[in-house]
Amino acid sequence: MDEARPLWATPLQFVFACISYAVGLGNVWRFPYLCQMYGGGSFLVPYIIMLAVEGMPLLYLELAVGQRMRQGSIGAWRTISPYLSGVGVASVVVSFFLSMYYNVINAWAFWYLFHSFQDPLPWSVCPLNGNRTGYDEECEKASSTQYFWYRKTLNISPSIQESGAVQWEPALCLILAWLLVYLCILRGTESTGKMEQLANPKAWINAATQIFFSLGLGFGSLIAFASYNEPSNDCQKHTVIVSIINSSTSIFASVVTFSIYGFKATFNYESCLNKVILLLTNSFDLEDGFLTVSNLEEVKSYLASAYPSKYSEVFPQIKNCSLESELETAVQGTGLAFIVYTEAIKNMEVSQLWSVLYFFMLLMLGIGSMLGNTAAILTPLTDSKVISSYLPKEAISGLVCLVNCAIGLVFTMEAGNYWFDIFNDYAATLSLLLIVLVETVAVCYLYGLRRFESDLKAMTGHALNWYWKAMWGGVSPLLIISLFVFYLSDYIITGTLQYQAWDASQGQLVTKDYPPYALAIIGLLVASSTMCIPLGALGTFIVRHLKRGDTASVA
Amino acid sequence: MLWLLFFLVTAIHAELCQPDAENAFKVRLSLRTALGDKAYAWDTNEEYLFKAMVAFSMRRVPNREATEISHVLLCNVTQRVSFWFVVTDPSRNHTLPAVEVQSAIRMNRNRINNAFFLNDQTLEFLRIPSTLAPPTDPSVPIWIIIFGVVFCIVIVATMLLILSGIRQRRRENKGPSEMEDTEDKWENTITIENGIPCDPLDMKGGHVNDAFVTEDERLTPL
Repeated sequence: MDEARPLWATPLQFVFACISYAVGLGNVWRFPYLCQMYGGGSFLVPYIIMLAVEGMPLLYLELAVGQRMRQGSIGAWRTISPYLSGVGVASVVVSFFLSMYYNVINAWAFWYLFHSFQDPLPWSVCPLNGNRTGYDEECEKASSTQYFWYRKTLNISPSIQESGAVQWEPALCLILAWLLVYLCILRGTESTGKMEQLANPKAWINAATQIFFSLGLGFGSLIAFASYNEPSNDCQKHTVIVSIINSSTSIFASVVTFSIYGFKATFNYESCLNKVILLLTNSFDLEDGFLTVSNLEEVKSYLASAYPSKYSEVFPQIKNCSLESELETAVQGTGLAFIVYTEAIKNMEVSQLWSVLYFFMLLMLGIGSMLGNTAAILTPLTDSKVISSYLPKEAISGLVCLVNCAIGLVFTMEAGNYWFDIFNDYAATLSLLLIVLVETVAVCYLYGLRRFESDLKAMTGHALNWYWKAMWGGVSPLLIISLFVFYLSDYIITGTLQYQAWDASQGQLVTKDYPPYALAIIGLLVASSTMCIPLGALGTFIVRHLKRGDTASVA
Repeated sequence: MLWLLFFLVTAIHAELCQPDAENAFKVRLSLRTALGDKAYAWDTNEEYLFKAMVAFSMRRVPNREATEISHVLLCNVTQRVSFWFVVTDPSRNHTLPAVEVQSAIRMNRNRINNAFFLNDQTLEFLRIPSTLAPPTDPSVPIWIIIFGVVFCIVIVATMLLILSGIRQRRRENKGPSEMEDTEDKWENTITIENGIPCDPLDMKGGHVNDAFVTEDERLTPL
């Protein structure tokens, strides 16, 4: 088995593959949001502490396991203990869920990228209404960028119950995204590196969560990547490199995002002021150009005293423009990437260029993470003798891509974005925490920390630093347990889950309750991956018991 | 007498053209916003031009070809610049219905705007909506063209990789089978030296060479 295993050509390729997997869309749209919500620069303190205490140790653990066992997640955990085969299966299931919905983001990035080659950009102007006397009503009430996202891209339905039909435009983009992923993984995982030749307790909890998911722990992708390493590879050094680059990218992305926020806030603030100026000029027939930003306040008070009745009529329409309130709007996720950024871009000079660059970047990030995900699914499949004897590598990859693409078409329906949010919020969160907890406990206490330490020493030639031992043995599992308990209690306390639905008549998001069948699917998502662990252990136990029973009866 | 008539006429006119009067429209100009430093001052000459443009628009309506500049009345000019106007019929007693004036202005909006170097946003006729120009729609949406190009490139690259993978595997399969053929050939060749075939040593099993062995010595003596 060892002789035929493909290897990374250089350790650098492995590092690049890990980085491109870890540095994903979360660095761009989740981390800046968290920074903004939890005090800006001070969020870096819990973030860096959690990186040192939780992120790096767990990353090192996964890489070391993969490099030592030289198999994908299912085989690796089965080797550690036969009762743990469920852990590998759970990882594959979670990766499968992720790859189902994650590529839809790439499809959207493609859609926006293709639409960036127009003048003017389609999300900068509202379309006209029926008799061409004004702009479309929904677009007027919302904004042109929101209209383009909710109506032109998603064609979203008012609630999750109304599924609507599959939209052919995003479906085409999804097919293209899957073809691109297939093209990259066609020749096997080892080619992915070549292709890339790249206060408040809530703050602490969010820092821990962000580090956890940002590094992509628990999916089996890191194990898969590391399994293609030379046994003598120094994965400790690579752990530090990957996690530092991942965090630096997050911080850099925050700087960029904050400057975009600033630009957008200033622009909106100035437009708000201009609107107020126009309103007052028109209502009181003042000379055009007389009212400016500098004398606005004094003129307002003069008008209030000189024409009190007329002023009180106009007063409700006068908005209090404040730069602070513009800056406080914090958005994360698809809303940030496709609405806020596009709104900022449309106001820049040469907006087509910035738009193309931005969506190309989103695509690179998304495809990089997708390749890691598909590696997590494909490596166990190609490792298994049963499957790889029947089908060549290309056929297995093609089959996986086809199945995921077909299921992913669900997210291109009119209600698709609501299902996307469900998968995004629930498919991976709790399950991953449990998987990584079981992984850590298994390596430390089932396999034995001393045994693993001697394995690593024999493999790499370096002794294991006491820091990693301390983290693996005590601190990291405790942290994960507390995170797990927190999230579980949070879900239980909040009761019925709710989601944001787009109301076309009002031109904004409204909160609605999930229907029962959506709640059932959420439960199924979480259960199907977490149940693999106990079921796997149970299955192995039963098989062993039966075998023992057979041998006993024969003897 | 003449003064009385004059006052009467202006009084009637004043009644016809008033803010919120029947069939009256408010016009608003934003000269400084549109033209900046090159903004001209709004004086009676500009008002005359405006009346002329409105009269011109009305003359293009069937049945209203007799409209004169003097039939267009302006009032309440403010500093903004904004004012109200009405169009009267030839008798100067009644104003023309709002609908007719509306449609006339809408049809000739572009000419009126251009006369003043303004556009729909800076020369506003309140209650007369302008017809917005639709964005130019190419017959084939641009995004489909780019999508098609990228799609074809990806398909071609995928096909090439698959085919090269198949070819590589076929070459690997042929490799070991070719090795077996050459070994067989070696076994089948018969070495010939000086025209006499030599039997390879391993072909025939052990032979007793009668020249060296006598009958007595066949069995080892005790």
